[in-house]
Formats: sequence, structure tokens, C-alpha cells
Amino acid sequence: MNRFHFWVNDRLIEVEDEPPTTTLLHFLRERLRLTGTKEGCAEGDCGACTVVYLDATGPLGPRFRAINSCLVLLPMMRDRRVYTVEGLSSGDALHPAQQALLNHFGSQCGFCTPGVVMSMFEATYRLDLDADFKLEDQMCGNLCRCTGYRPIREAVAEVAGTRPRDRFLEMLQQAKADPPCSEDPLGSYETSHGSFYAPCSFEALFDLLSNEPRASFVCGGTDVGLAVTMHAGGRPPGTSREAGSESSLPCLVSLEDLPGMKKLQKSEAGFVFGASLPLTDLEEATATDLPPVSRMLRYFAARQIKHRGTIGGNLCNASPIGDLAPVLLALGATCILRDRARRREVPIEDFFVDYRETALAEGEILEAIRIPHIPGDGRAASYKVSKRRELDISSVSASFFVRTDANEKVTEARLAYGGMAATPARAKLAEATLLGKRWSTSTVEAAAKALDSDFEPIDDLRASAWYRRTVAANLLRGFFLETREERLPRLSARPSGTIEPESPRTDVEG
Amino acid sequence: MIGKNLSHDSATRHVTGQARYIDDLPEPRDLLHALPLASAHAHARILHIDVDAALDVPGVLAVLTEADIPGENACSPVGWGEPLFAEGVVHCVGQYIGVVIGESVAACRAGLSAVRVEYEPLPAILDVHAAIEKESYFGEPAVLSRGDVDAELERAPLRFSGEVDTGGQDHFYLETQAALAVPGENGTMHVFSSTQHPSEVQEKIADILNVGRHLIVVTCPRMGGAFGGKESQAAQPAAMVALAASQTGRPVKIRYDRKTDMCQTGKRHPYHSKFEAGADKDGRLLALKVESFADTGWSPDLSRAIISRTLFHLDNAYFIPALRFTGRIARTNNVSHTAFRGFGGPQGVIVIEEILSRLAELLRVDPAAVRRLNYYGDAPRGMSPFGQRLKDVRATRIHDSLIDSSGYRGRREEIERFNRESSWTKRGIGFSPVKFGISFTKKEYNQAGAYILVYADGTVQLNHGGTEMGQGLHTKMLAIAAHTLGVPLDRIRMMDTATDKVPNTSATAASSGSDLNGEAVRRACEKLRERLRPVAAWLLGIVPDEGDGLVFEDGEIWLPGNPAARTTFQEVAKAAYDARVQLSATGYYRTPGIHFDPSAGVGNPFHYFAYGAAVTEIEVNGLTGEYRIRRADILHDVGDSLVPSIDKGQVEGAYVQGVGWLTMEELVWDEMGRLLTHGASTYNVPAIGDAPVDFRVSLLPDAGQEGVVYKSKAVGEPPFMLGISAIVALRHAIGAFSSTPSQVELRLPATPEAVLRAVDMARGNPAPAATKA
Ligand SMILES: Cc1cc2nc3c(=O)[nH]c(=O)nc-3n(C[C@H](O)[C@H](O)[C@H](O)COP(=O)(O)OP(=O)(O)OC[C@H]3O[C@@H](n4cnc5c(N)ncnc54)[C@H](O)[C@@H]3O)c2cc1C
Ligand code: FES
Ligand code: FES
Repeated sequence: MNRFHFWVNDRLIEVEDEPPTTTLLHFLRERLRLTGTKEGCAEGDCGACTVVYLDATGPLGPRFRAINSCLVLLPMMRDRRVYTVEGLSSGDALHPAQQALLNHFGSQCGFCTPGVVMSMFEATYRLDLDADFKLEDQMCGNLCRCTGYRPIREAVAEVAGTRPRDRFLEMLQQAKADPPCSEDPLGSYETSHGSFYAPCSFEALFDLLSNEPRASFVCGGTDVGLAVTMHAGGRPPGTSREAGSESSLPCLVSLEDLPGMKKLQKSEAGFVFGASLPLTDLEEATATDLPPVSRMLRYFAARQIKHRGTIGGNLCNASPIGDLAPVLLALGATCILRDRARRREVPIEDFFVDYRETALAEGEILEAIRIPHIPGDGRAASYKVSKRRELDISSVSASFFVRTDANEKVTEARLAYGGMAATPARAKLAEATLLGKRWSTSTVEAAAKALDSDFEPIDDLRASAWYRRTVAANLLRGFFLETREERLPRLSARPSGTIEPESPRTDVEG
Repeated sequence: MIGKNLSHDSATRHVTGQARYIDDLPEPRDLLHALPLASAHAHARILHIDVDAALDVPGVLAVLTEADIPGENACSPVGWGEPLFAEGVVHCVGQYIGVVIGESVAACRAGLSAVRVEYEPLPAILDVHAAIEKESYFGEPAVLSRGDVDAELERAPLRFSGEVDTGGQDHFYLETQAALAVPGENGTMHVFSSTQHPSEVQEKIADILNVGRHLIVVTCPRMGGAFGGKESQAAQPAAMVALAASQTGRPVKIRYDRKTDMCQTGKRHPYHSKFEAGADKDGRLLALKVESFADTGWSPDLSRAIISRTLFHLDNAYFIPALRFTGRIARTNNVSHTAFRGFGGPQGVIVIEEILSRLAELLRVDPAAVRRLNYYGDAPRGMSPFGQRLKDVRATRIHDSLIDSSGYRGRREEIERFNRESSWTKRGIGFSPVKFGISFTKKEYNQAGAYILVYADGTVQLNHGGTEMGQGLHTKMLAIAAHTLGVPLDRIRMMDTATDKVPNTSATAASSGSDLNGEAVRRACEKLRERLRPVAAWLLGIVPDEGDGLVFEDGEIWLPGNPAARTTFQEVAKAAYDARVQLSATGYYRTPGIHFDPSAGVGNPFHYFAYGAAVTEIEVNGLTGEYRIRRADILHDVGDSLVPSIDKGQVEGAYVQGVGWLTMEELVWDEMGRLLTHGASTYNVPAIGDAPVDFRVSLLPDAGQEGVVYKSKAVGEPPFMLGISAIVALRHAIGAFSSTPSQVELRLPATPEAVLRAVDMARGNPAPAATKA
């Protein structure tokens, strides 16, 4: 097949022989001439390109997802309903999100506005925006250089969760998960510029892999999309948006539609999360049971990225500053890998082999991750420190798990860091100093000192080695303080999300 | 219509996606695209440019360089020192060498990467400190002085000195630089440009093409933000496409991607300043010597005017009896730094605010109280360093009012209590004022024109010389026109800013857009109204004398006290047409009474001053250096606000941008002079969570400004400097980590890392010297 269709503002759009690496943004602006959606950065970091799509495939039910169209490859929208800023009003009647922004004088130059409107549009239909920090999370992916955000904050607070009875709500309520497998189990889109497959059975996937040596995987595409746009953006100055990427990514294989890959399972043994589960779903699913996960995700990119970004993409990317890795290391997660012949389960530590290298063999995928329950005598929390709290890459991230016995002696400790070494890593020496000792200030101090021998962090444009080192130790100190009252500090209780060593007004000695 | 909250005139189009920016305009037939070819070296001789391989790329039409320029190879706002394309030597990474033209953006990219430029590297000066060491400057120092500063310093009971360094700032307007040139008949050219200064773009293009300016029309529909970054530096991309269009005879468009924009355009000047201050025991400044050095980059651009504005604002709102301010623009091999909201003013104001913060720490007193002691006031404390007598100084009034309304004193006590009880989280509260001079320091820019057309159906087209970049200028102009003519807003159409409507316009900059253009619009509307008055009187059958009492309002014209005497603007317009009364008018305004003699350092450079103040409360995490603004209160003087909703938006946006400059926005260059923070992923402008959670902005009541259109006041730039209150608050919070009151050492920008260093220092735990570049 060299064609597929999708809907834009409820209009059926036939796509034919468009390169599979064409971004949704490019297609909207250059082909459909829907120029309301803007490009501000082409790297998922400003939100000017935000559009919304209706997704019924997730385990938590149908929802609108605000996404960065600059990073979405067009075939990922196959069969989906996409809404842009042009599609919200009905005749002269503005959508409540648009009206609220207007009423609060929320646009100045107007260039961020279409994206802001689309994030607010999603908020209009969300029922869980019940706290200020959640509103900030909803909007932090939309940079505005003009307004200072006060009117945007007020406008989104006004519409959030109002769910007007309109055609969008109807669409949302009628949405059904797609039938498991269509007539073409390969979900193929083959063009003269390259191919894109979205297999909906493992058999089809593995058949394809054995025939297609040039295949590369993609899931949410936030990293792969970035590679495409940065390539086109002249990052190594070079080839084109349309033409250049075809040579580097001739055959993309999406893991999004494989059965069970978005699963969310809780049992006696722990939790299993499918590798293709969007990070927003993971964040929501872990808010009460696994606060270290959701707390890290609060300061992970922005909602638009988390709606597309997945667990699998985050781990398989094996970035030294991938933020999920430290959490999974601390919580003792395992990775479930699968190829044609078998499944195997490897501890997360063994998954990261080297700088940007994983234990995945040729033709093998990450199918899911398993996270054990946090035992009642365990303490755990995650932290991320960056120049800007929201929508920024970690200078240092950390996740800690410490278990103590009845005498407060440490029986188990996993201290995991990102940004401190070439791979996300545990601080083995520091852990060793904790084991068998009483969980106390002096023990923590000894461990904090030992961190110096665990890591040789580097200077870069985000932070100096001194800062990384100091913060790494301080986060451990803060963890000790934070978990004195609450073993699994939850985001909701600490809305700044970053470390809060003391709740205001309590007297704590340093 | 004046003084009412109004939506931005494009607001409905903004929220529906109908507002068009350059890249959204319908593309003309046969459109070509262009991308700039730029230097990879900070300083190098160009040995050879090989374009053959580029020309072989399918779809590439040409690579134009300086040799292809028919007129002058010049693109400087001050008329010297900046060619459009490099001539033999490149002076910074990102300096334009040429432009690649192709059938698609993709072809241009491929072409660009196929061009081979051979360089012979030369030694480069990469920051202001290196420039000072090498004595690399443009021109002579600018100086303002009064009294015998050395003697007064000698005599002062308290003397202290120090340095203040501030970083650059990328404009990060959401819409990157863009232009579209469409060639017409007979050598004419229509250029659509995202520019604050259409007339200058027109001038540069005419000179480059070697034609009269009358052949070039430049239109600016609107900008997706500018902040000064499109004052002088929108001219280059526009000139490139105009040149390309004239060479190929086809329309040509350029739009920078974010990286190109960040790497190739100038930013706010990074500064290094040194000071020596003398004060009395109460904290009253007696004498101050400041030397400021601006990293200008490779070409002068607007830097001379920028450094003068720095000197004009080193006093901020304070009377300093004896002083000497010296400013130098250092020539470096960086991009040419340029206008940015405040135009050098913030780099001056931050110095004096730092001085007062440090003075308060030395004296162990409330920094707000020290500020209050030092304000300008009645004679003899009413004389500026440049000999302009200050009238109607509003600093103390604003100070007292804001200290009260923000609950500053009580909150300061509350915070100190909190800080005693909390060991790792500390809070701080900071107050800072601003006084900002309004007028262009370049005298001839202080003029403006408007052109208004009334049609026989009573509808109106409004043209003026200012551009819309989000600041709401068009909305204010509409309000003035609606009010003065007495027609409803929806009967007036704001036209795109274009050089064929109003000639020889000034940049929309220096916060002066609404003062200058507003008065021009008001005068034009008044002319028209007075022409229509006798027509209305005739139509209503009243005697001309009674016509003087006619009220024009909201589309109707009536005589108070005479219910029968009522008609509509529409009918009067029709009657005027029938009676052959001219229905178009121009308006013109020039600011009276301003002059300045730079060699003597005296004059009246400003028409008036704008005032404001802010109180910021911040919380600092002592483990990571992270912080968060909990609350900000602002009281700002905009005169009698033309449109309060717009003015408030300007104040809020400027404050957050000012906070960004001083906190998280950090530009990092490598040792080759290449910008490393060249994208949204590496350069952090404030996101929603960085803005104050609780944000209370009020406009000063009863603040009418005589001599300005409808007694309003300029607003664009002054509140930018209110972001400094966040630094004052940070210093307060950081100081609380110290067991004994002491000087806080906080580097700017105050990133979490800089704050953590300062916290560690305060805790008696100094970090090793920064290893970071
Ligand atoms: C603006 C922006 C901000 C970001 N911020 C953060 C952040 O704060 N913290 C952070 O950690 N990351 C961040 N990222 C990185 C990225 O979003 C995440 O890593 C995300 O989880 C990637 O998921 P994806 O599904 O989009 O990956 P994709 O782009 O689809 O894939 C990434 C890589 O993983 C491989 N892959 C994906 N799934 C599988 C699988 N199941 N089996 C085998 N291989 C697989 C792909 O082949 C590809 O090489 C950011 C990215 C952007 C663009
Ligand atoms: S263009 Fe900036 S996020 Fe897509
Ligand atoms: S209104 Fe200009 S960027 Fe938001």
C-alpha cells in the first residue's frame, strides 16, 4: 500500500506517496495549507506546533492527546482523528478554550497561541485536573515569550474539566479501540521514498524483520522524530526535510500497534507495563501505587512529549540522561525482551551495556517492564534537577530505594543516578556503605561521601561537574529528610515535585 | 473607548489560527526559497568560496555573495561597519557570507552543505574580558559625570567596590526571522518582512539594489514577537531575498529555523561593569564611579546608542550627588549584539540595584529602606546626571503604595520567622523600582505619521508608522481612532504597516510606538472630525456655532440637550462625499523639547520618565539551588492607560522576561566562539511554572502624563527591569543560609547552579572555583 487516510478536523484526508518521514506539522502547513499550527523550534520544546488527536487505543480509555506535530511522522496518524486550531470553532462560535483565552487577554503576538489553545482544548475534556501543579503540567510544554503566563494560567483553570456537551465530547464518548488487526497485519505504507510498517501481530513483525535488514524501530517517535527534524534543520547541515531522511531511515517499523504492548497490569508479583505505553498513561497509573515513577514523570519533558513518548523508547534509547532508567534501577525492575523464538527477562542493570547501547539483540524488542511492589518497610523517591524545572533535560536525576529492618538497619539499598556517567547507573560504593548500618544522618553522610568515588561526572552546557557531584550527594541527604515522615513521598503532597526536604514550618536540623 | 479593557485587535484570529505571519501568507507562483551561508569561524580570512558542487544540486539556482550586489554591500542601521555579506574576512561564527537560492527549502539545505568555504583562521576575541585586555573597542568612551567624584569617594564614610557581570539574552521571539520578496514591474519590489523597522528594511534594500526607495515597498503584517531582535537585524534576511528576487525575477522567501536564528542573530549585550561607591552611614549614596563594558560583537549595529542608554540608567531612580559613568563598546568576534527590550537600560539598572543590595547587606538593613532613602525628589535632589531636571518624580509615591499593598513589611517578618525554622528551604522577599527615560536617544526617530481614510459608507482604514509585534500597538491605535473620530471599533480596519502609506517611519522601539504614532493618529482623526463637523451641522439643520457642541461617539453624532439633533457617522460621511469634502487625512507628530549633546554629556534626552516597582517573594531549595517565585506584586505607572488590559499584559510579560534574563536564560559559547545553546532544548526561557504562582499587577491610579497622547505613558520596556526584584529576593533567601549576616555572592544569571554556589558560600562551604566555561 502506498496510501492511507486519516482525519483532520473531521475531514477525511487521503495520503499518497508522501515520504513516511514527513512530519505532521509539515503536512498540515505545506500540503493542507493549515497554517494555524506553527513551527517555533522543530524539536518538541516550544509547543507552537501542538495539535490534538483522539486516541482510543490506550488502556485507560479514549482520550484527547495534545502532541507536538513537529515530531510526529505522518503514518503514525493513520486512521486517527487529528484536530488543529482551525477546527475548533463552530461557525462564529469559538470553542470554550478559545473563548477563555480571549476573555483573559491571553494572546499578545499570537504565535504561541494556537498551541496554547490546543493544550487548553485537551484540558477542557480532562476530568483529573484538580490541582495547580496539574494545570502547570498540562501547560508547561507551551512556551510563551510575551504574556508572562498569568492570563494563560487563569484561562486554563477556567475551562479545565468543563467538558461542554459538544461534538468533541460526542466523538470522545463514541470512540472505540480499533479492531485488533486489520486486513493487512503488517500495516504497511510503502512509498518510493521509504516504508513505514505498523504490524499488529508479532508474527507479522518478526517476518518483516527477517526480510528487511534496514528496518529500524520506532514507537512514539519523539526521539526518532527529533532525529528527522534536526537532520532536516541542518543540524549537521545537510539533507532535506522531504528527501534527506529517506536514506537514513528507509524502513521504519512501529511497535505501537502490537498486541499487549500498551498493557498495564497489577498483580501479586508486581506491575507489568507494556513497552509502548505512553508516558502520560504510566504517570497516571503509578500516581498512587508507585509514586517514585509518577513523581519523576512530572518533570519529564512536557505533556505533549509524554503523550507520544513511551517506556520502550525511553529505555531503548539508552541515553545517559534518560529519566526513567534511574527509577527502574532503584525499584529493581526487569525488562522483558522478545524475539521470534523466545522471551527473556533481564534485570534493568544488565539492559544498559554502554553509552547508548543496550542488551537488545538483533531482531529483538523490549516488550514490557516488570516492577516489583515496594515493600512496606521500603522508602523510595525520585528526583530530577535541571536548569528549568519543567521541560528540560536533567542535569542530575536520581532515584532511591532503601529498606530497613525493625532496628532501622539498612537491609537493601539501591541508589540510581542519571547524568552522572555514560549510562544511567547505580552508586555501588555508596550503597555498600549503607548496608547493615542504621539509617541515620551519619550513615547518609558516609554514603554521600562515597558517591565521590562512584562517579566522575562531566562539565557541559547544562551543569558543571561540581554541581552534579554536589547535587547528587544533596539529593541523598534530602531523601533521608523527606522520607522521615512519609516513606513514599507523593507528588500531590509536594507539588513543587523537586526535592522538598521539609514540609514548611517543621523544625528540622540540617 | 480610551481606558477600557480591550482584547488584542487580532485576538480572535490568534485563537482560531487565522492570524497570518510571513510564512503563512499564500505563496506566490514560482516561489523560490533561500537560506543564508554563514561563517564557521570566529575570525578568518576567506581564501576561497567554491559553489560548483552546490550549483550541481538539483533545484539549486544560485549562490549569491558580495560580488553579486549591484549597489552598496552594506546593512548597518548606523550606516557604517557592517556589510551584508563578508568581504574577504569573517568576524564571527554566523556572519553572513552569501545566500543559497533554490526551488525548495530542501534544495537550499542540500546546496548549503555542498558549498565549500576555505578559511585561514585568525586570532579571535571571544568575550568582553578578552576585549578589555586587548583594548579592542569601537570608538571612544561615552562619559557622564558630575562633581568631583574622586574627592567625594575619598570623603565618604563608607566606601565599597565591586563588579557586576550580566549575561546576554536571546530574544527567542516565537516566530523566527522571515521575509518574502515579490518582484514587480519596472524594477519595483514588494517585500513582506517580519520587522520592527520597515523603513530601514526599505532603505537597506534600495541601497543594496542601487535603486530609489520609491521602488521598494516593505510591508509588515505582524510579528510573532520581536523584543528588539527585529529592529535592525530583520534587514539582512529581507535584503537577501530582495537581492535574490531581483537577480532571478522570481519571488523568494526565507524563514530561519530556530538554530539559524539563534546562531546568526545578535542578542542582548553581555556586560561587565566595575564600580566604586561611597555612602553615608544611613545608606545614602554620595558618590559613584562606574565603568561599563558591553560585548558588542563584530559590528557596531546599535551599540553606541545602547551604551548611552546604559549610562542614562545607571542612576535608575536614585539621586547620586557626585558621579562618573563611563561606557565602552568592546569589539569582539561574536555575533553583533543588538537591541533587546530596555536597550542597554537593564544592564545599567542592574548595576545600581546590585550596589544598593550590597550596601544594605553591609549596613544590615532592609534593602527596600536603602532604596527609599536614595530616590530622586525635589530640588536639590531632582537633577539627573545629564542635566535634565526631573519633574513629577513618582518613585517615592509608588514605593510607599506598593510596600503597603504588597504587605511587604509583615511578609518580610513572616519570612524571617520561616527561615529560622526551616533549615534547607529559605524564602526571600525583594523590592526593586524602575525609572526609565522615554524617547529615542536618536533625535530624528522621535517623529511619526498616520494616514486615515474614511469611505463614503462611514467605514475607516487606519494606517500608521508603527508595527505590531504583540505589544498591542494596533489595539491602542484603534482605540485612539475610535475615540477621536467617534466610530465603533468594528468600523475601523487596521491596515498592515507599509512604507507606501507612511514614509520614513521610525523603528517601533524604545517603548515609544504608542506615544509617537498615537499622537499622529489622534491628530489625523481630529482633522477629519473637524472637517465633518460642519457637514453634520448642515445635515442636522443647526447653525455652525452649535456644531461646535456636537458629540462624535460610537458611530453617532448628536447635540447634547437636543434629542432631535442626532445623526450617524455613516450619513455624515456620505453627505461629506456628496459635498466634496476630503475624506482622508494625514497626521504628524514630533516630540517637542528634546535634545542632547553627547560630547558634553548634557541635555534633555527624554520627554518624560516612566516609573514602577515590584515586590517578589521567592523560595530557595538549599540542596539543589532550585527556586520558585511564590508571589509577585507590581505597581506600574502607565499614565492614564489607553487600554489597561494591554498595558497589564506588557507589564506581566516584561517582568517574566526580565526574570528569565537574570535567572535561567544562560547562553554558552564554546572555545571556538560557537553558540552551544542554540535551541529551545538548551536555552531555557521561562515556562509556566517559572512565572509567579500568585501574580498581582496594578497600574498606578491618577497618573495622567501631560504632553502625551490622552495622558498615557509608554510601557513596553520599563517593567522588564522589575525582574531585578527576583534577584533582590534571591539574595535575601540565600543570605538566610548564613549564620551571620554577610555579603551574598551571587553570579548572574542566577541559575540553580549559581544559586547553589552562593548558598554553599553562605553556609561557609565555598565551592571550588567554577570550572565551567
Ligand atoms: C522535547 C523533548 C523533551 C524530552 N525530555 C525528556 C526528559 O525529560 N527525560 C527523558 O528521559 N527523555 C526525554 N526526551 C526523550 C524522549 O522523549 C523519551 O526518551 C521517550 O520516552 C522516547 O519514547 P518514544 O516512544 O517516543 O521513542 P522513539 O523515538 O519511538 O524510539 C526511541 C528509540 O527506541 C527504540 N525503541 C522504541 N521502543 C522500542 C522497543 N519496544 N524495543 C526496542 N527498541 C525500541 C527505537 O528504535 C528508537 O531507537 C525528550 C525528548 C524531546 C523531544
Ligand atoms: S515546533 Fe516547537 S514543539 Fe514543535
Ligand atoms: S503571545 Fe507571543 S509567544 Fe505567546
